[in-house]
Amino acid sequence: MRRVVITGAGTINALGHSVPETLGAMREGRCGIGPLEMRDLERLAIQIGGQIKGFEAEGLFNRQQMALYDRFTQFTLIAAKEAIGQSGLEFIGELAAKSGVVLGTAGGGVSTWDDNYRTVYEDGKNRVHPFVVPKLMNNAAASHVSMEYNLKGPSFTVSTACASSNHAMAQAFQMIRSGMAPAMVTGGSESMLCFGGVKAWEGLRVMSKDACRPFSLTRSGMVQGEGAGIFVFEDYEHAKKRGAEILCEVIGYAMSSDASDIVMPSKQGAARAMSGALADARINADEVGYINAHGTGTAANDKTECAAVADVFGPHADRLMISSTKSMHGHLIGGTGAVELLACIMALRDGVIAPTIGYEEPDPECALDVVPNEARDADVSVVLSNAFAFGGLNAVLALRKV
Amino acid sequence: MSIQDRVIAIIAEQAVLEPSDVTLDSTLEDLGIDSLGLVESIFAIEEEFDISIPFNANEPESSDFDISNVRTIVKGIEGLMAEKA
Repeated sequence: MRRVVITGAGTINALGHSVPETLGAMREGRCGIGPLEMRDLERLAIQIGGQIKGFEAEGLFNRQQMALYDRFTQFTLIAAKEAIGQSGLEFIGELAAKSGVVLGTAGGGVSTWDDNYRTVYEDGKNRVHPFVVPKLMNNAAASHVSMEYNLKGPSFTVSTACASSNHAMAQAFQMIRSGMAPAMVTGGSESMLCFGGVKAWEGLRVMSKDACRPFSLTRSGMVQGEGAGIFVFEDYEHAKKRGAEILCEVIGYAMSSDASDIVMPSKQGAARAMSGALADARINADEVGYINAHGTGTAANDKTECAAVADVFGPHADRLMISSTKSMHGHLIGGTGAVELLACIMALRDGVIAPTIGYEEPDPECALDVVPNEARDADVSVVLSNAFAFGGLNAVLALRKV
Repeated sequence: MSIQDRVIAIIAEQAVLEPSDVTLDSTLEDLGIDSLGLVESIFAIEEEFDISIPFNANEPESSDFDISNVRTIVKGIEGLMAEKA
């Protein structure tokens, strides 16, 4: 089995247009959630989100690219450029032939669906742009990354709602660990902050109208975000040989299915994913210093997740730190695990634990150290990143300091 | 049909019961309606009466809309209908 390391990271999300900006915001406990800007906002009951501001795709992409890139693809390409640039890898020859792209997204080109439904249903037009299908398809982002960087190995998109990115990264990890690929571009993206995307979430009645306050007794629900997180996963020997800077090591993962309810999470399913990741990484529970929580800010998630952590870690649950950065960047749905992995890298590399902001009052059912409101300096060597999706599909990654 | 009868018809359909099996004292739990069924019932009631019900599925107990039993739901809807009129 090969060891797998991360040699490049990139992002764009409500906290910043790059990794340094995003980590800076997490360190300061800055909130990227605010009033949404979009058409027909007055018809929405939910008017806040972790929307990316100051982003102009025109100028970054040419006319032909603009016709083909949905916003989720644009986010992906921006983050991929940062990640692959940092890795220093150039995909040529056998490296190109064997390396691929595995990305997560829940909705794919949601705003392309939205815009074009509007065109035919509301505006009554009978013709749409010829590239609607290649623009909205869930694999569009992965395909454009493969084309842009000459990645000719296994490439596909994983769609498991809020766990999409973690499932994707687990898959990329597995491909390198098994020796199938020397490097993989992985992560995920989401762009659901359009009228139809917000309206759909509104229907479930689990969205907050004011803020995302995970683990706080005063929580009022989840808040949507948008953006992308992209990473270069690489065979450790390959990275070492070329003298690449290593951000951290990916040491294991586990996936599990609740097999119980389409929206309500299960403690057992979450616990099996966490303990499975520990077993796969061959580490003891007491080695884990930090967990990046799924922490959506809904009563159902937060209570279930904390109970699952208590079950898996026993007395050590009271010693580890667990925070939800969704309080700052919102819930990026299929892209969320990827952006949250940045908080894990910051914990391992910089010794800074991102906080759970908006925390007001302890919830006795979430009685863990949730790193409330302020980032904390701490020396941790092993971390977990949780993702528990609607549909009961869970994926947990384990990472270690190198 | 009265507001009460229309609400009971919606709840009965959600619970897959006859309206005669749904009493004013029934709780949603008694009727076997889970959280997802509740959100669906609220939606169906909003559509039926063309009203918006202030209900957050995160903390049903702290919503302005009392869902303790069928009686409180009917009362809440009567209030919202009166406001609308």
